[in-house]
Amino acid sequence: MNLNFTAEYEDFRADVRAFLDKHKADAPSMANVGLRSEKRLKWQRILLEHGYAARTLPKQYGGFGAEPDSLKQRIIAEEFARAKVPGGIAGQGINMLVPTLLELGTEEQKEKYIAKTLSGEMIWCQGYSEPGAGSDLASLRTAAVVDGDDFVINGQKIWTSTANQADMIFCLVRTEPDAPKHQGISYLLFSMDTPGIEVRPLMTMTGRAEFNEVFFTDVRVPTSQIVGQRGEGWMVANATLTHERGMLGDPDAALSRLKSIAEIMQNEHVDGKSLMDNPVYRDRLVALEAEVYAMKFNGMRLTTASVEKKSAGLAGMIVKLQGCELNHRLAELAIDVMGEYGILFEDSPFLRDHGLWQTHYMFDLGLIIGGGSAQIQKNIISERGLGMPREPKVAKA
Amino acid sequence: MYFGLSQDQTMLQDSVQRYLESASELAHVRGFAEGDNSLAESLQNGLMELGVPLVLVPEEFGGLGLGVLEAALIQQAMGRFVSPTSFTSAYAMAVIGLREAGDDDQKNDWLGRIAGGSAIIGVGLTEAIGAREGAGLKLSGDKVSGRASFVMGAELASHFMLTAGKELLIIARDSAGVSETALTTIDKTRHVIMLDLQDVPCTVLAGDAVAAQARMIDIGRVLLAADSLGAADMMIEKSVAYSKDREQFNRPIGSFQAVKHMCADMVAKLEPCRSLVWYAAYAQDHVSDEAALMSRLAKSHLAEVGKYVARTSTEVHGGMGFTDLLGLHYWFKRIGANRQLLGGPETVREEAAKLQGWS
Repeated sequence: MNLNFTAEYEDFRADVRAFLDKHKADAPSMANVGLRSEKRLKWQRILLEHGYAARTLPKQYGGFGAEPDSLKQRIIAEEFARAKVPGGIAGQGINMLVPTLLELGTEEQKEKYIAKTLSGEMIWCQGYSEPGAGSDLASLRTAAVVDGDDFVINGQKIWTSTANQADMIFCLVRTEPDAPKHQGISYLLFSMDTPGIEVRPLMTMTGRAEFNEVFFTDVRVPTSQIVGQRGEGWMVANATLTHERGMLGDPDAALSRLKSIAEIMQNEHVDGKSLMDNPVYRDRLVALEAEVYAMKFNGMRLTTASVEKKSAGLAGMIVKLQGCELNHRLAELAIDVMGEYGILFEDSPFLRDHGLWQTHYMFDLGLIIGGGSAQIQKNIISERGLGMPREPKVAKA
Repeated sequence: MYFGLSQDQTMLQDSVQRYLESASELAHVRGFAEGDNSLAESLQNGLMELGVPLVLVPEEFGGLGLGVLEAALIQQAMGRFVSPTSFTSAYAMAVIGLREAGDDDQKNDWLGRIAGGSAIIGVGLTEAIGAREGAGLKLSGDKVSGRASFVMGAELASHFMLTAGKELLIIARDSAGVSETALTTIDKTRHVIMLDLQDVPCTVLAGDAVAAQARMIDIGRVLLAADSLGAADMMIEKSVAYSKDREQFNRPIGSFQAVKHMCADMVAKLEPCRSLVWYAAYAQDHVSDEAALMSRLAKSHLAEVGKYVARTSTEVHGGMGFTDLLGLHYWFKRIGANRQLLGGPETVREEAAKLQGWS
């Protein structure tokens, strides 16, 4: 156990701070930055140039070409969060498509797509989930049939964030309907301007449309737009799951949330008495504080494991399940602290914190469900982490 | 930055664990629980050979001069095998009390005796946390009278270190005026007692006993958290093993998601606790401004998660978990006792709130 950073890393931290001091004025604000705003694209250029975005990606494709270093990555995340400055663009194009192309794309695909994606000029959406294929993603049915030099695609995707803004989609389609479900899928790249694509915003319980539905009707895509071979799409989509994400989120985001709630409790008065003086609320706050620190230290343990190039095992597998759950419960406390004011929403008079806590509370529930639901996470932890036997397959009728 | 155990720390924990795995196997623990004190004695000797009681004793007094993290790793191994030892009180809290509040002569004398094995000091600090039923000790000259409740480490103690308000004192167990009441608790793997004292001669530690008691409690709590961590680890392992073995409806019950999810939930709650305990222990020696807070967060959180694992693991074992035969209840009860000793979670969280100016 040694929580100090060596001189090399302290120097690096000083460099990041100096960079932020110098360039902070060019950074867009943290909230609601349009994906195509000039300010954001300019900020991305500055970050790429200095190695604070696409840090470890090869130079020839527009990255910075640095050696992977989890500690430096963490320092960047910490310092950007401390300065309240947004990091580089972290869309699905950069996080998921680029690593996939680097691993399995053709040279032509790499040259055509990676640099433009990194610069933020080319925005991607991910066409995976379907109304009938959620947790059981491999049962997806959007069909791509070969006709001459094209695939002709028919079907529907759902939960497609940024589909309404994206230039391109990386999409899983069924090309071999007779093959076993995992072997009949292909991974295609195509323009969202292709005729036959319709995007409909998907309103959620938060009152916003954070997602979309995407409908394909006879969409023609050249067969050359495949990554990997026909029927290898499942493998292609999973090839990069174990890769590290380029830019971490704020490792102390939950701690910041907790501190905000403590402030609210100190400032919130009922009958002239601060809510912090109410032992019941105070007890909930401290109980959550312990969990927040436990997850913070668990994260530090993961960073060290990553530096050591060791698997963090169960400590890594539980992060999605526990982290989303904890954030949800933090929002829950904030709302309870505000009492009746906690139910104010959207543009109501007397709204507190722009209605942020209700939005967190609802959106975090979405995060508990999305990206591998809590129940799927528990299957993964128990089957892969603990080696418990899989559910027997139900015989087909 | 390195957040994890060093090779030496891992080896230390492994060696204690290997020793306890056979020395403290369930049949022996059961014997101790049924009244045969010999396991406590053989563990005392075996652990002394491994140097375990010396971890927190400074080198100048014949000890190993290691830190609270090492002590926590040892305690975790003891929780894992529900071992009847008085490590928490005799070799962590009492040693810390002497280090913090003893003058040079007292340190030389008592730490030397501890290292040599001639003194085993149980600890009674309950009244420094919160007194019930009017318990408490009063010092009059060099004699002490009154009641000390829930004194820990009674298995083999030759002496007791007790709080008397702002003073910390040591008495010999066999002094005239010492009256002991053995307590039967849920946890038969360790002995706690009530002490009623009438004009008992004592050694009063010379230094700042208020600060020393606070530190003893901080470190004692970290170790109880570590003990529950080790016990909960074992309960999860036993649950997973049992669920693979036990069949119902022609399937191992571990293939049912209802059972799998119970195991996953236990892991998801317990795994971050490992890092919290490591950090809380490390902070005692290296991050002084966070030591008191982290001790309280670790103690209260492990009380909650420990309880959850104890209950859930018992349920995974079904009817067998409820029997005496399987012995799982020793772990259940050990965790239950750790939750209350040195302050239950609400008490400890309220202290944590005070520390942060929230109360």
